[in-house]
Amino acid sequence: MKELVVISGKGGTGKTSLVASFAALAKDHVMVDCDVGAADLHLVLNPEILESHDYYGGKEAIIDQDLCTKCGKCKEVCRFNAVDDDMMIRPLFCEGCGACVFICPEKAIRLEDSLSGEWFLSDTIYAPMVHARLGIAEDNSGLLVSLIRGKARELAKEQGRNLLITDGSPGIGCPVIASITGADLILIVVEPTLSGMHDLKRVADLTKYFDVDAVVTVNKYDLNEDITNQVEEYCRQNDLQFLARLPYDEAVVRAQIARKPVVSFGESKVATEIKKLYNDVSNILNK
Amino acid sequence: MKIAISTSGTTLDAELDKRFGRAEKFIIYDLDADTFEVIDNAQNLNLSQGAGIQAGKTVANSGAKAVITGHVGPKAYSTLGAVDIDIYFAESGTIQSLVDDFKANKLTKATGPDKDGHW
Amino acid sequence: MKITLASGKGGTGKTTIATNLAYLLSKDKEITLLDCDVEEPNAHIFIKPTWTDSYTTYLPIPKVDMDKCIHCGICGDSCQFSAIANIGDKVLTYPELCHGCGLCMMACPTGAITEQNREIGTVELGHSGNIKMAHGKLRIGEAMSPPLINAVKKHASEDGITIIDAPPGTSCPVIATIQESDFIILVTEPTPFGLNDLKLAVGMVREIGVPMAVAINRSDLGDNAVKEYCEEEGITVILEIPNLRKAAQNYSKGHLIVKEMPELEKHFSGIMASIEKELSK
Repeated sequence: MKELVVISGKGGTGKTSLVASFAALAKDHVMVDCDVGAADLHLVLNPEILESHDYYGGKEAIIDQDLCTKCGKCKEVCRFNAVDDDMMIRPLFCEGCGACVFICPEKAIRLEDSLSGEWFLSDTIYAPMVHARLGIAEDNSGLLVSLIRGKARELAKEQGRNLLITDGSPGIGCPVIASITGADLILIVVEPTLSGMHDLKRVADLTKYFDVDAVVTVNKYDLNEDITNQVEEYCRQNDLQFLARLPYDEAVVRAQIARKPVVSFGESKVATEIKKLYNDVSNILNK
Repeated sequence: MKIAISTSGTTLDAELDKRFGRAEKFIIYDLDADTFEVIDNAQNLNLSQGAGIQAGKTVANSGAKAVITGHVGPKAYSTLGAVDIDIYFAESGTIQSLVDDFKANKLTKATGPDKDGHW
Repeated sequence: MKITLASGKGGTGKTTIATNLAYLLSKDKEITLLDCDVEEPNAHIFIKPTWTDSYTTYLPIPKVDMDKCIHCGICGDSCQFSAIANIGDKVLTYPELCHGCGLCMMACPTGAITEQNREIGTVELGHSGNIKMAHGKLRIGEAMSPPLINAVKKHASEDGITIIDAPPGTSCPVIATIQESDFIILVTEPTPFGLNDLKLAVGMVREIGVPMAVAINRSDLGDNAVKEYCEEEGITVILEIPNLRKAAQNYSKGHLIVKEMPELEKHFSGIMASIEKELSK
């Protein structure tokens, strides 16, 4: 079984649109949406949810108001500003560390598992899909990402499917780290801008740090061919395979509005290039 | 000597669970007495982080001097290493077959973690 | 006054609007710009500050004095994050898991645990014209950004205008950035992904309880659903920037679009007045 993870460093480069097209092009695959904080893949793949499960990501402190004497010791020890002036816990800031539980002279505080989100096993016309929704401001997206990757792997094994295609989230932080560890191939989607170039370097460093193979594609390349060339040069100098230049194409937005992958939305220049890119990625994965 | 094996079951026919930190259970096999006990690891499945460390603690507290598992990450590796517990990797097998392989010196000892840290 | 640019979706134009707004406002007063996207800071590309200072930010992690340690194991048992564990006669610490909560230090009965530092990233300070700038760069491989974000936020202006560029999304780094803001501008694009993520961001801002408005970037790109949503929710759209290839090209080169295309200035001109109006509601 192989896993392809698509990330970008910078947001808005077109990861999800590309992954949606890959969903339509691949065979024997399972789709995974690891952008659990702001999932969008379902908007184009239109999953039918078969199972949904609660996700408990961490803990939060609960103060028993009957026992609380408002002494304020919890507020003193809390390093996350999670106790307000009325000595009430602010769940958005509580990290579930238990310092307040320890210090409370009345033993009025306890830690409880906190319901942080949900994950889903779904079906789409292209492949089964595992996705999730993390509650607002919830911590531990890394665990949820690992969880759904694990479930997707199990599902693939059960159904004799041998490819996982994973949509990552922007940035280089914990949800991204959790998406890429152990992957067979990372596809980095870059936009040809100074910002995109800057972020490429950070995300490429991340893949090196975690020792995963990465390939690069530039999306909307015609916006700035100069920088596209710089990206290609950077790849050459840093042991990253540069795979494709996808042109800017209004078909991408039109397809999204129609809730279809670009490659299923009629002919377009970008659809042709995406198909070529997928072929190349597939060949590298199966080497 | 006791060895710990990460597993999904409770009998000698049970299969190896390749994960260490988030293995479902550990079977602690006493090689001298040929008896075993099962330790549940379920509480670590939901840990947001540090499952490898907690599983390492569990194994250390069980008295096992070696672990047979599929993979270990860096934290699990250092936790077990701190108390001189050897790690052996296996791809698959039942508890019984792994115990036999261990006795016959057929398993490879780990010289480092083989997986990155992860959640 | 602290005005934060945030969004649910990445790549909608937070940094574009933050930097261009800061530039325009700085024409007649001092402005502070804080780039809190510490994973991928980009505002400096457009502001091109002269950097004047930088310092490393740390998270406190436990240091155990083994002479005082009695191997009771309370530290490991208390820690919710497995960052410290008593195994046999050793006490192991895992700095990368540590949240810096201080519990192990408090719980240790012999005072054997004190704090030392783990580097999480760097804060850099600079200026360009009337703009004072600060940003953070998270160490690669570091998973915890809020402490670095809070370090950047310490450089907010006391009595002037501070513009804060937030990371995308609705997760903990964003919450750390937007809290204590006076006003939040949610930046979106008029597409299904933009709308979906805008709804998440609106939910987040409502939880925090800060007044907000929406900015629609590339406003003639997609469909009307975002505008309709804003109307239904009673959220004011205070800025719309049309989808212009020339603007995208300028952005790609690291240019401030209002500098290269002064005709775009008019889209920004009413913002401060609109914000004052929203705040007075």
